[in-house]
Amino acid sequence: MKNWPLFEIFIRSKNGLDHRHVGSLHAADAEMAIENARDVYTRRMEGVSIWVVESKNITASDPSEAEALFEPAMDKIYRHPTFYDLPDELKHM
Amino acid sequence: MTIEELERKFQDRIDAEEKIEAKDWMPEEYRKTLIRQISQHAHSEVVGMLPEGNWVTRAPNLKRKAILLAKIQDEAGHGLYLYSAAETLGVERDSLIDDLHSGKAKYSSIFNYPAISWADMGAIGWLVDGAAIMNQVALCRTSYGPYARAMVRICKEESFHQRQGYDILLSLSRGNAAQKRMCQDAINRWWWPSLMMFGPNDAHSPHSAQSMKWKIKRVSNDELRQRFVDMTVPQCEILGMKLPDDKLKWNPERGHYDFGEIDWSEFNNVLKGNGPCNKERLADRLNAHLDGAWVREAAMAHSEKRARRTA
Ligand SMILES: [Fe+2]
Ligand SMILES: [Fe+2]
Repeated sequence: MKNWPLFEIFIRSKNGLDHRHVGSLHAADAEMAIENARDVYTRRMEGVSIWVVESKNITASDPSEAEALFEPAMDKIYRHPTFYDLPDELKHM
Repeated sequence: MTIEELERKFQDRIDAEEKIEAKDWMPEEYRKTLIRQISQHAHSEVVGMLPEGNWVTRAPNLKRKAILLAKIQDEAGHGLYLYSAAETLGVERDSLIDDLHSGKAKYSSIFNYPAISWADMGAIGWLVDGAAIMNQVALCRTSYGPYARAMVRICKEESFHQRQGYDILLSLSRGNAAQKRMCQDAINRWWWPSLMMFGPNDAHSPHSAQSMKWKIKRVSNDELRQRFVDMTVPQCEILGMKLPDDKLKWNPERGHYDFGEIDWSEFNNVLKGNGPCNKERLADRLNAHLDGAWVREAAMAHSEKRARRTA
């Protein structure tokens, strides 16, 4: 028999925080993936909410293209507040 | 880019303490080493449940039973974190498990020793998990991201394992004469196999140099073993027990404990499959897998049927 499908698991550790990727597991379906994720990743109350998504449904950027992909952000330093050289008298801005 | 250039860039990243992630370019040998090491580690977590499973129904009270169950459940989780980390390198879970069952893949030899008394649950938690933690803490800084993250998660859970084991021995060490004997006997049997868990001496560890260069491995076998001895001796004194080694002695010049020579012929013999429980462990594992096959198939059939109905 072939492997059960692989699911990626995201857990919100408490309300007010984002769901965070914690790992992956195999399950027959999404419902079982949630039950297994509860048993595997929240045995010590590490979560209040679980998302599961089948790994094959995730499209990832290619790390070997990272330079080209993120290059447009590189030369726009004026997007950072520290770019602006303002007079010292200006206390809070 | 040529292979040489890619390899040089890769080593530069490693030297700069950058983590390598699943889809990054990596030398084939790096990938293979990781798959072998991570899956071997995963198998150890899984087979490691067997000696302890032996005592769940015979724990001395409900509290100890609940604790032991929780510990074993953690080990199942550790196996899963590690299999998942190995899978990010492009191997299928089933093929890893097949390799375990066929004997092609190894697991830690420590689990080929029998757990014959309740005190063994204490000695395993204290010494075997203790040695594993020593190794795993060092691996939290390993160069492969998914492996390092799995290790961090595992280390968070491990310290309870060691403490519950020590707690079992502490109770026995404060008990009657028979209980004290049981405690000492378990320590006598588990001490040397625990030291062997760190692997061969550095001079005889063939893959170590490359693994250290790739930062898969961060600390050498002998250094980890020494740290373990240094940590364990004072803990044993608190128990009022003795470690079974006449040569064990504080060396003020080195600032470490000296200890006796390990019997590597025993180590190699167990590694070759001739330990007291090699056959039993593998048979138990295989039977559990085969006995569960119908459950896995039924769950898959059920989910396929449901998917068809909602489609
Ligand atoms: Fe573990
Ligand atoms: Fe453990």
